[in-house]
Amino acid sequence: MAQLSYRDAVAAGIAQEMRRDERVVLFGEDTAAAGGVFKTTVGLFEEFGPRRVKDTPISELAILGAAMGAAMTGLRPIAEIMFSDFLACCWDYVANEIAKTRYMSDGQITLPLVIRTANGAGSRFGAQHSQSVENWAMAIPGIKVVAPSTPADAKGLLAAAIRDPDPVLFFEHKSLLGNKGEVPEGEHVEPLGKASVLRTGGDATIIALAAMVPRALQAAEALAKEHGISATVIDVRSLVPLDARTLLEHSARTGRVFTVEENPRLCGWGAEIASVIQEEVFSSLKGPVIRITTPHVPLPASDQLEDAVLPTVARIVNEIKRALGSRRAA
Amino acid sequence: MSTVKAKSAPARRDEAISEATRLRLYQLQVEIRYCEKRAYDLFLQNLVKGTSHLALGQEAVAAGFAAAMNKDDYTFCTYRGHHHTLARGASMLSVLGELMGRQCGLMKGKGGSMHLTSVEHGVMGSYAIVGAHLPIAAGAAWSAQYRGTKQVAVAFFGDGATNIGAFHEALNLAAVWKLPVVFCCENNMYMEYTPISAVTAVKHPAADRAASYGLERQVIDGNDADLVFSTAREAIAKARSGGGPSLIECLTYRHSGHSRADPAKYRPKEEVEEWLKRDPVTLYRSRLLAAGVAEAALTKIESEAMATLERATESAKASPTPALESAMTDVWADGGNAWRN
Repeated sequence: MAQLSYRDAVAAGIAQEMRRDERVVLFGEDTAAAGGVFKTTVGLFEEFGPRRVKDTPISELAILGAAMGAAMTGLRPIAEIMFSDFLACCWDYVANEIAKTRYMSDGQITLPLVIRTANGAGSRFGAQHSQSVENWAMAIPGIKVVAPSTPADAKGLLAAAIRDPDPVLFFEHKSLLGNKGEVPEGEHVEPLGKASVLRTGGDATIIALAAMVPRALQAAEALAKEHGISATVIDVRSLVPLDARTLLEHSARTGRVFTVEENPRLCGWGAEIASVIQEEVFSSLKGPVIRITTPHVPLPASDQLEDAVLPTVARIVNEIKRALGSRRAA
Repeated sequence: MSTVKAKSAPARRDEAISEATRLRLYQLQVEIRYCEKRAYDLFLQNLVKGTSHLALGQEAVAAGFAAAMNKDDYTFCTYRGHHHTLARGASMLSVLGELMGRQCGLMKGKGGSMHLTSVEHGVMGSYAIVGAHLPIAAGAAWSAQYRGTKQVAVAFFGDGATNIGAFHEALNLAAVWKLPVVFCCENNMYMEYTPISAVTAVKHPAADRAASYGLERQVIDGNDADLVFSTAREAIAKARSGGGPSLIECLTYRHSGHSRADPAKYRPKEEVEEWLKRDPVTLYRSRLLAAGVAEAALTKIESEAMATLERATESAKASPTPALESAMTDVWADGGNAWRN
C-alpha cells in the first residue's frame, strides 16, 4: 500500500491504463503541459508525450465531439472538462450524441470513452464553479456515472472506467483532491457498479456519495459516541450502474434510511434511490427514507454561506437523531 | 443564379476524370434521385412515418465526394443524409427499410431517417443536432492520424450549421491539430425556412469563414458532379498526405422543402424554376452525351437503378417490423439496458 493523495491517485490511474493500452489518450484544457488546473494530470505529458496527452482550446464542444469521434474509430479517449459546471456548455454531446449513438445505430457504434470532470463545492468558487451535477447525468439512458470518495477508488474506478466499453462520466470531487489514503501498489482496478459498505450498524443506513462520504462517516461516529445510535454507511460510488442490491439489503436490515446528497434538492440522486427502496423493501422500513441535501438554491460564494447550505456533519447527526427520536416518540 | 456565378475557386479539372468514374458519378446520382423520390412516395402512402429530409437536387455533392473517397474513409452526415449514405454503398433496401421502421432497415428501426448509420460502408452516423457532427468528424480524423491509417473523415453539413459554435470549434481544432478532415458545406441557400443570407454576416456562410482558421476559401458549383469530384479528390489527397483540413462550400439547391412538413412556399417561384433548370442529374446526363458517351450506357444505368429500387421497395414492404424486445437492447455494449442490479 502506498499513501497517495486523491489527485495523485487520479494521475496514477490514468498512467496505469496508458502504460497498458496504447489506445488510451488524454486531452483537455490545460491538461497536458500544465498538468491540469487541479494538478490531477501532473507528469502524464512528460511520460507519454504530446501525441497522447494533448492540450485543447477552450472548446468544450470540440473536446467531447473529438472524444466521441476518436472512441468510435478505435481509440479509448479520456476527455477532461475542467469544471463539471462547464458540462452545460457541451451537454449536447453527453445527452444527445454520446449517450444515444450506440442505441440509435443498433449497436453498430461503441463508445469506450471517459469524461473526467472536477465536481462539487467547498472551494468558495460560487454558483458556476461549484455544482454537483452527477444527478443531471444520471437522468440520461446510455451514460455511466461514477464518483469516487477515496484515493484508492479514484485510481481503481478510473481504471475500470477507462477499460469499460461504454461511455463513463467520472466526477472527481474538488474538496477531496488533497485527501490522502492507502492505494494498493501495482495494478489496481475497482469494478463499476459496486457500492462500498464502510461501516455497519443496526439503527440506520446512511447512503452517501463523493465528498458527502467522509461527512457521513464522521456523523456516524458522532451518533455512536454521543447518542448511542449505530449506523451503516454506504458509499454508492457508482450511480449508473447502481448497486441497488447492496442498498436494499442494508435498508431492509436497519429499517431507517438516510441519503446525504450534495446536489440541490429536486431530482437529486437520492430521490431515485429512495424510490427504489420504498418500492422494494417498504414492509421492512420503520419510517420514511429521509433525504439530506443541499437546499434548492444556487451555491453562494461566501465561505459562511456555502458552509451553511451544504449538508454538514452536524446537520446529518441532527436529522438522523430527530428522525429516530420521533420514531421512538410515536 | 448570381451566387453560382460568384467568384469561385479555380475549377480543378487539371486531372482528367475517367469515363468509368463519370459513369459511376451518373449512376450514384440516378440511384439517389430515384430512391429519394420513392421515399417521398412512401410518405404519401403513410409507409414512412415521422419526418424525413430529402436531398433531391443535392445529389451531385454526395456522388462527387463518395466517388473520391476510399472505402475505409469516414462519412459524417446531418439529418439530411440519405444521399451520402446511399452514395457510400448502403443498399436502397436498408435505407428505405429504415425509413419505414422495418427489420431490414440499417438500424432495424431504432434510428430512423435522421440517423442513418452504416459503419461497414464508412457512414459513421447521421446527426440531427445541427453542427454536432463536425467535432465528431474531427475526432475520427484525429484517431486516423494517431493510428497512422491514412483514413480521411468527411463531414457534410448545411449552410445553417455555419452559425453554430460547433462549426467554429471543429474548424479551429482541425486546423490546430492539422487533422485529415474535409468539411463540406452544402449551401442550399435556406436554413430550414429562412434564407441563409438573412441571418448570416457574410455572403458565403462557410467559405467566408475559412480565413479565420487559416484555410483556403473554396466556393464551387455543387450541382456539377465533375467539379465536386475533382475538388473533393484534391482536398482528400491533401488530408491523406498530412496537409490538414479543408473547407469546401458547394452551392446547391433542394428541390423539395426542408422536411416532409414543409411545402417551401417561402421560396420565389422564379428562383425555384431557375434551379430546376440546373438539375444536377439532367445536366450531367447531357454532359455525358455531349462527351460522346453512348445513350444506351445511360439508359442501362437508369433501368438497372429503377429495377433495384422496385425490388428494394417490395422487399422493404414485405419486411417484418422489428421485434418489440429490440426497443430494450443495445443501450450498453453488453447488448442490454440494465442500470442496476
